[in-house]
Amino acid sequence: MTEQKNNFNLNSLLKETAININKEDKKNAISVIKNTPLPNSKIENWKYTRVSKLGNINFENNKANIDNISRYIIDDTKYSFIFINGHFSNIHSSKKIPVGVEIKVLSKKNNEFVNSSLKIKGEIFNAINTFYLNDGLLIDIKPGTKLEKPIQIIHILKGDNIISNFKVIINAGESSNSSFIQGFFCDSGNNNFCNSTSEIQVAKNAKLNIDKIQSESEQSFHINTEQVKQEQESIFKINTFTLNGRIVRNNLNIHVNGQNCETHLNGAYVLKNNQHVDNHSIVDHKVENCISHELYKGVMDDNSTAVFNGKVFVRKNAQKINAFQSNKNILLSDNASINSKPELEIYADDVKCSHGSTIGELDQNSIFYLKTRGLSDKSARNILISAFFQDVINNIENQNIKGYISQLLNDRFEWNF
Amino acid sequence: MIEIKNLHAKIEGKEILKGLSLNVNKGEIHAIMGPNGSGKSTFASILAGKEEYDVTNGSIVFCGEDLLELSTEERAWAGLFLAFQYPIEIPGVSNINFLKTAINEKREKNGHEPITAKDYMNLVREKSKLVELNAKLTSRSVNEGFSGGEKKRNEIFQMAMLNPKLSILDETDSGLDIDALRIVANGVNKLKNENNATIVITHYQRLLDYIVPDFVHVLMDGRIVKSGDKDLALKLEKNGYDWIKKENDI
Repeated sequence: MTEQKNNFNLNSLLKETAININKEDKKNAISVIKNTPLPNSKIENWKYTRVSKLGNINFENNKANIDNISRYIIDDTKYSFIFINGHFSNIHSSKKIPVGVEIKVLSKKNNEFVNSSLKIKGEIFNAINTFYLNDGLLIDIKPGTKLEKPIQIIHILKGDNIISNFKVIINAGESSNSSFIQGFFCDSGNNNFCNSTSEIQVAKNAKLNIDKIQSESEQSFHINTEQVKQEQESIFKINTFTLNGRIVRNNLNIHVNGQNCETHLNGAYVLKNNQHVDNHSIVDHKVENCISHELYKGVMDDNSTAVFNGKVFVRKNAQKINAFQSNKNILLSDNASINSKPELEIYADDVKCSHGSTIGELDQNSIFYLKTRGLSDKSARNILISAFFQDVINNIENQNIKGYISQLLNDRFEWNF
Repeated sequence: MIEIKNLHAKIEGKEILKGLSLNVNKGEIHAIMGPNGSGKSTFASILAGKEEYDVTNGSIVFCGEDLLELSTEERAWAGLFLAFQYPIEIPGVSNINFLKTAINEKREKNGHEPITAKDYMNLVREKSKLVELNAKLTSRSVNEGFSGGEKKRNEIFQMAMLNPKLSILDETDSGLDIDALRIVANGVNKLKNENNATIVITHYQRLLDYIVPDFVHVLMDGRIVKSGDKDLALKLEKNGYDWIKKENDI
């Protein structure tokens, strides 16, 4: 089967962004959209993730309403911001903002510029996100602010052929400590697409934690690009749980620009039917004395496919780097597959780096052992899958999030964690 | 309690059991001895329902039910227990959590409410004492990082928790020093009563000093070729198996 070259479908239903974005960026963005075909399998970075079919959809970027959103609320924090199809939902969002934090809804920023440092040239999805940006948040955590409760940002898709271009910008000030929850859900509809970007700055000695749940639908597409810049002594931690979606692609690019930083990337993906999930990450160690730790685990059933591509760069003068990377997978069906590619590119000579990848199935001897004790086949498998995910789940500190993930897994896979 | 008639079984086309027959009544302890490769562990695995084995002939009736028709877990619910020769390590699965699930699944099958947390913890405390298993081990991952002796004690702890009608101890003595052997045997003896039964599979007579059998059987070439009382074990210890081979023309 040859893949046709497909461009993103510019149609009259799509409205360009009303947000005040740098004119030059917009001009570049539309030119990229017009002239760059959607990535196909000939492009190394997209080899296993087929997205050219997105070009066949006549997307629109309309608003929608949802009366009751309670099932999409992960945590009972006072600070929840809700977006439907990438448009800010005033009625569902909290009016409260934590002390020491400034939160602006991008569409309400009047004439202020929204500055982006995302690369547009050659990056079709960043270009689409820029030119059609619906809305998003700009969050400034003032220096020294310690947040007691997390800030929760929930995005919900609703309707057929909807594209949501959504952006979150977080500036975590010096010595601040904050935690974010991001949830991506789909209320209803076919062929809808959430194309979101995040730009995150973690200043000196700041600590930032993000727990992300992606649980859209088997009819929805999701592409997420996250750019993180860390200054010295900062700690950045992100947990990404992908539990539903037709095609999900996560690009996580971490620039470690300052010394004595810690970077923790954890993820789990749980797939069935024809789902496809692709986690691409880059940790770029530019300077000395930093630690990065990456652990991604996946369980795939039926005909589902997954991709893990984790790259760690250690630049020439970045000595004393301690980088660890691991990807572990369990295939529950003969038709499921994973393409796992952990990569290290090291130009310094005094570093401690390791990476590894495993692919296996549930251990038959363990299943037999548990069944001889009176566990049903289903419980035995369930208990082994839950054991497999235990370390990634334990990386989540917030009990509400753990509970929410358990509930989703129970609803979708009938697993009790 | 269990009636095994003319059992034939194959694995990967190779016949391992060639007409094994054995009756065990409640209240009895039977020892099965035999040289390496005689089919002892195969026999244990087949009783527990391991799928790789293909039973080609014969029957097993356990407490009135056709055992061969039951899945592994249904056999456990019916009251059969296998203590493994090589207990499996299962990282990330806590001993007491999975046993609780096991107990509750059995209770559910029998129409009982789940065990309360308090009753369960009392049961754990009581049964872990029986095999002198440290409380810390009971809550750790199943057999992960356990010594050989701890693994075997954990098998008997699980047996005590599940309270089976028929226990099959597959070479429980292998890898045990004398002290551990005594503790394990003690646990088995304390669990013994007039309503349950035990099949002890072993290479050595040594274990039978502690768990005294009512009957000793010799399994050789896939069949039970000789049966006797505990003195048979002593004779085997002294003279080996050659005389039985000669007797049976093997």
